[in-house]
Amino acid sequence: MTALMKLKTLEGHLQDLKGFSKPKIKFEQYETPAHIAAIALYTIQTQFGDLEDKLILDAGCGPGNLSIGAVLLGAGFVTSVEIDADALEVFQENIQEMEIENIDIVQCDFLSESYFRWENMFDTVIMNPPFGTKNNAGIDIKFLQMGIHCSYDTIYSLHKSSTRSHIEFKVKEWNMKGGVVAELRYNLPATYKFHKKQSLDIAVDLWRIQHVRS
Amino acid sequence: MKLITHNMLTSKCLKGVVTGYPLAINATDIKVKEVDFNPEFISRVIPKLDWEVLWVAADSIGHSDGLPRSLENKYDENEEFLKKAHKVLLEVEVEEGHLTCPESGRQFPISKGIPNMLLNEAEVQ
Repeated sequence: MTALMKLKTLEGHLQDLKGFSKPKIKFEQYETPAHIAAIALYTIQTQFGDLEDKLILDAGCGPGNLSIGAVLLGAGFVTSVEIDADALEVFQENIQEMEIENIDIVQCDFLSESYFRWENMFDTVIMNPPFGTKNNAGIDIKFLQMGIHCSYDTIYSLHKSSTRSHIEFKVKEWNMKGGVVAELRYNLPATYKFHKKQSLDIAVDLWRIQHVRS
Repeated sequence: MKLITHNMLTSKCLKGVVTGYPLAINATDIKVKEVDFNPEFISRVIPKLDWEVLWVAADSIGHSDGLPRSLENKYDENEEFLKKAHKVLLEVEVEEGHLTCPESGRQFPISKGIPNMLLNEAEVQ
């Protein structure tokens, strides 16, 4: 399948976006680096055609890298949800900077059950959920479960490779099918004071999970 | 907030609220922004929506002109109609105002185009 722009062009645009102005550890806010977001979105479009003309949900969107990237690759419309007002302020600046219009933002707690009339609503759900470290153990799985609830067809989600067997187990338990479609390296710059190293390489998986329709 | 988003939102997260749908719109600032027309996307998204709710919402903020109250057969072949649906779904934007829960009367502010659906702990189901 084709994409509206080259991978390098996409990555260039995403590199220009602003990141979290006030990162908050309670939400485990780490940016999705431009190269990770670009490769993930490019894979989603060129291998599976799951962005162009689709209705998309970006759950826990932060400053909006995945949302904006999805629009650049031709998404029909993106709904982006995020709990943190500071992140949304940056997201809005990014939207204005890029002069794109087919995105809407809703400020809400994505994990809180039944906010929306959204069961099976979205063609494609994309997310880079919190990894579930620090005091957030299990939050990555909660995001995934809620993403599945909101999606009609396919969910793409980024997870630490070290959690792969656990996610495999969960996908089976939920009667879904899926697998890792790209292995990436996440170069995490030191965002918080407790980070001792300048940056850290973390292996991450791009998961593609689908409903099983009989 | 565009009307496509309004069509998805409920307040059933509130304690004691059963359906919480549709939310009433009070708009103090509305803008119309140009969005590229994508007929394929519009025809695919319409079956996912509650058309009656969309029409009433559009009417309540003065943007139902020429929009049919109910869907006609083969609407996906009617470009004139798809353009109107496109405008009302993606181009009309509520910048400032609030949404009101039809059951509890709880208001959710819309500021700079973003509806804030966050609840405090006492309000959650």
